[in-house]
Amino acid sequence: MAFEIMSGSQAAAVAVQRTGIDLVVAYPITPQTAIVETLANFDARGELGGEFVSVESEYAALACCYGAAAAGARVFTATASHGLAYMHEVIHWCSGARVPVVMANVNRTIGAPWCLDPDQGDSLSQRDTGWMQIYCSGAQEVLDTVMQAYLLSEELLLPCMVVFDGFYISHTYEAVDVPDEDSARAFIGPPSFEAQVKPGSPANLHGLTTGDNQVKLIRNRHEAMLRAPDLFKTINSKFAETFGRSYGVIDSVIPPGAKTVILAAGATAETVRWSLPKLDNTGFIQLRMFRPFPREEICSVLETHGVEKVVVIDRNCSTGMGGIFAQELRSAVYDLNNPPAVQDIILAGGIDLTFEMLESIIKEDKYQGQVEQIWGVDLK
Amino acid sequence: MEQLTQDFLRTKKLPHIWCPGCGNGIVTAALVRAIERTGFDQKDVVIVSGIGCSSRAAGYLNFNTLHTTHGRALAFATGLKMARPELKLFVIMGDGDCSAIGGNHFIHSARRNIDLNAIVVNNHIYGMTGGQHSPLTPTGKKATTAPGGTLEPAFDLLKLARGAGATFGAKGNAAQPRQLEQLIIRAANHKGFSVVEALSPCPIAYGRRNKLGGAVDMLREMKEKSISVERAANMDEAELEDRTINGVLFSDDAPEYAEAYYRSIGKDIG
Ligand code: SF4
Repeated sequence: MAFEIMSGSQAAAVAVQRTGIDLVVAYPITPQTAIVETLANFDARGELGGEFVSVESEYAALACCYGAAAAGARVFTATASHGLAYMHEVIHWCSGARVPVVMANVNRTIGAPWCLDPDQGDSLSQRDTGWMQIYCSGAQEVLDTVMQAYLLSEELLLPCMVVFDGFYISHTYEAVDVPDEDSARAFIGPPSFEAQVKPGSPANLHGLTTGDNQVKLIRNRHEAMLRAPDLFKTINSKFAETFGRSYGVIDSVIPPGAKTVILAAGATAETVRWSLPKLDNTGFIQLRMFRPFPREEICSVLETHGVEKVVVIDRNCSTGMGGIFAQELRSAVYDLNNPPAVQDIILAGGIDLTFEMLESIIKEDKYQGQVEQIWGVDLK
Repeated sequence: MEQLTQDFLRTKKLPHIWCPGCGNGIVTAALVRAIERTGFDQKDVVIVSGIGCSSRAAGYLNFNTLHTTHGRALAFATGLKMARPELKLFVIMGDGDCSAIGGNHFIHSARRNIDLNAIVVNNHIYGMTGGQHSPLTPTGKKATTAPGGTLEPAFDLLKLARGAGATFGAKGNAAQPRQLEQLIIRAANHKGFSVVEALSPCPIAYGRRNKLGGAVDMLREMKEKSISVERAANMDEAELEDRTINGVLFSDDAPEYAEAYYRSIGKDIG
């Protein structure tokens, strides 16, 4: 292991190279491009270990991943924003077809109008597509999560999206502890899943079926995904043994007596984590796994600590409703005996979260009590 | 002339974002002068663009302008043209935008022979995202997604257009902007789907990686390699190797789609 200075995008690419990838499929889109470029450089130096193909669109990129995964290959692609939106049909198709695919999505606002800032609405609008989604708060986490995503995806036969914020994570550099190739490959092992397309054994895949059959497939997929939190824990204990660090589906820091907790996913989680010592009596939950939603884990933390209020940082907005993480949380805590109040901080458009904003949310009188929704722009 | 050209620019939006030496400004200026020469009413002109460096031109031009999604500019423009057939539409696209992600819309616009003027700024690369190879990157040229040189053959865009049904195709370049201007005027006056492929230097994301020198070197090479359709007609294949044939490569007659449609519902849009 060695520390290297790298961006979040490079960290994603290095992780992919370390897995012993079979196929990388690339199509450029800001702010993701550095991921596939780094992989292209591995390829040019003969160090990728697999094939590298660049195609004519994001749709083609994911379709190509699907084809290779159906043939038993370990695959990767990366995209952002409009690229992800354009893939939408194949995103559903991959999970319906139960092929393991790992894709990085670098959050960026979806237009119109054009905007490059890291709104999370791109990945969140793929919430119901049957993909696991894991949000990362820094480059180290990106590297580790991409590696772990292969084990999750190949075991559950469900695709997994590793998500991180454009620019704040994709383009900023930090010291990253990079596993050497041998230990990374020993940790992940070769692809363990069965190919759907097998030479010499022809099959008709994914043809027309009836609703009665489809419901069984949907249920299987749902039940498979519900296994993800436990599997993630197992993968992380093994990861900790090998590499000395690990992650939960959520991570929490709740000081004794704290009745207010801030919940965040992605880069804003890092801002909250670093602000915590200066925010009296406030706890923190980093939402890492979003699909499946770690309801049990969150509720257990909230109940154990008797949390009365959760401030949710939503760098997104479902028009007509509000922040998506807040909605999910409200639904998750609904059955608790003493559900906490949920306050939604909307940073849609990808606007930045500052310490001063957090301070006014936690300390100013006008934001206490029953204020359900606060627009980040009003805090500036 | 000077003043009128200024009227066609949103000067408040300037300076533009293009790199020093980029050909996008030259192509945009040729387009502006061409529109001026056609005498089209400013309020009837619509500029539609997709995504990429060249597509930023829509923001700088003082007409009705529509900046759309990657590869889809022609589809947006088709809707506009069908609803308001009297409008004069210029669709600015880059090579990746037009021929990769937007390839489908390109061939179907050609097939319909709808009266749109596609200005394809071909710099052989995805410039805005930092230099990935496109379907118009010549085989062997380097890109960030092909650091050892791309293995893929490139499209011949104008042959593709004609094969799909386009009725006007011309090729020009940023090194010969007056000729480019004339080609755009011809395209604008042609009824049907017109494609003007404008070769343009991208010294930053393409030239540098392929050791083609600076913008001036790239423009010089562009000019030296270029040969007119008329002169090329008397040359054999060996002589034409590595040359770019410039000018109007085809101009055919076929029914235009919007006109045919309106006639079918009993309206004559002339
Ligand atoms: S990257 Fe290339 S095409 Fe884009 S503005 Fe710069 S020189 Fe022009």
